[in-house]
Amino acid sequence: MNLTTLAFFLLSFIAVGSAIMMITSKSPVHSVLWLIVVFFSISGHYILLNAQFLAVVNIIVYAGAIMVLFLFVVMLMNLNAETEPIKNYRLQLIGVLAGGTLLLVLITAMMRIDVEQVVQMKIGDAGLIKVLGMTLFKNYVLPFEISSVLFLSAMIGAVIIGKKD
Amino acid sequence: MFLTIDLAFIIEKLILIVVVVSASLVIAMYTTFAERKVAAILQDRRGPNRAGPFGLLQPLADGIKLFFKEEIIPNFSSKALFILGPALAMLTAVMTSAVIPWGDKVQLFGRDINLQIADINIGILYVFGVVSLGVYGIMIGAWASNNKFSLLGGLRAASQIISYELAMGISLIALLMITGSLSLKEMVLQQQAGHWNVVYQPLGFLIFLICAFAECNRTPFDLPEAENELIGGYHTEYSSMKLGFYLFSEYINMFISSVIMATLFFGGYDMPFVNEASFSPNIAALIGIAALMGKVVMFLFFFMWVRWTIPRFRYDQLMHLGWRILIPLALFNMLATGGVILYFHK
Repeated sequence: MNLTTLAFFLLSFIAVGSAIMMITSKSPVHSVLWLIVVFFSISGHYILLNAQFLAVVNIIVYAGAIMVLFLFVVMLMNLNAETEPIKNYRLQLIGVLAGGTLLLVLITAMMRIDVEQVVQMKIGDAGLIKVLGMTLFKNYVLPFEISSVLFLSAMIGAVIIGKKD
Repeated sequence: MFLTIDLAFIIEKLILIVVVVSASLVIAMYTTFAERKVAAILQDRRGPNRAGPFGLLQPLADGIKLFFKEEIIPNFSSKALFILGPALAMLTAVMTSAVIPWGDKVQLFGRDINLQIADINIGILYVFGVVSLGVYGIMIGAWASNNKFSLLGGLRAASQIISYELAMGISLIALLMITGSLSLKEMVLQQQAGHWNVVYQPLGFLIFLICAFAECNRTPFDLPEAENELIGGYHTEYSSMKLGFYLFSEYINMFISSVIMATLFFGGYDMPFVNEASFSPNIAALIGIAALMGKVVMFLFFFMWVRWTIPRFRYDQLMHLGWRILIPLALFNMLATGGVILYFHK
């Protein structure tokens, strides 16, 4: 057991623990805050895999922008345990089904992992910004550009839907 | 061996962290004093001059006063978050200092000590990440206060910071196209060898400067704490040292963003017209730190000068400036930079 393994277990413990806290906390604002902690520990995992760019972009985009918007909306709507609407059991059933399906898919994917090919920690340069940029803009230029057009059209769509006239 | 760590390395970095953080705190302390003196000069007054010679002990007196004030936590607030708010504001303010190159290396006890806590090769993205987290301290504190004025201030801060982050990021992309590196140390070395980046990116610097004002919640963009509409904004309910932390983190943010602007656009610790290589390393490092601090003092003065000269924006004007003027301007700057680089095959 070396320092990296120790850090891995610590980060995993924080990630899983705060994910559980996120699901179980009563107040939506607390849920959002716990989710931010989850993102941070996942960024820590990326750093352990030497993927610094992914780690920092995960923080900038998810923890820094998307979660701020989540928090913004939750605070504006002022959701509380008292004001929560009466729970619809049919909706709860659908939720359980959807979540269970996702769990099934994840477990199947986990079963197929080749244990021999475990990711090496702290070595490998696949996540460094130079390598990533070269791969994205040389080998995968077309899919990259297509997905950016997709993002742009999604943004324009959101603006048009949100516009009152 | 359970843990294999270079002990000397850990001690060196720990000392560096303590020095950098306490230096930032002391400088921020005296920035509050300087702000009151500059305001006094601009308004033809004397400013604080009672505590100590020339009023130099005024920041200490302010600190002691804040510590001894009665601490009030509202009954209907959520207490953990109420305390977390100012703590986070302070933490994110200081965190950025980790990747700033404060000077070249010094030689002490036969070791080369880099005057930078962490030279990571994504330095500028790290800065950007920490800046984007800065809003949480304000939002959490505002929501935990359970007060409408606080909440409005927090929401204003969030939307303002998100809006200005975009233009800031785009102006940085243009800068990165020129430097070709994300490491702050590398950028300073390039500027030491060639020209300062502000020569290549004047428009980018202007956009970055305006966004820095908005990110620090400084006048003319201090809408989150506009006292005539929102009382104290997000810190209405705060008292004692928790209020002190919020006010103080603003000054640390000012200091750190001045350092960042000096490093990115004005050559960092590069002293103009002086060849650092002709001195011994330790003296060259001292000259470098002095040069960086000189640039920072000028930026800090500019922050104060603007505050006491330009009145506050209206909220729709603020959003108009951010989305309709700065972002298109930053996009144009990025495209023009890319075009020029492509044309000259630099």
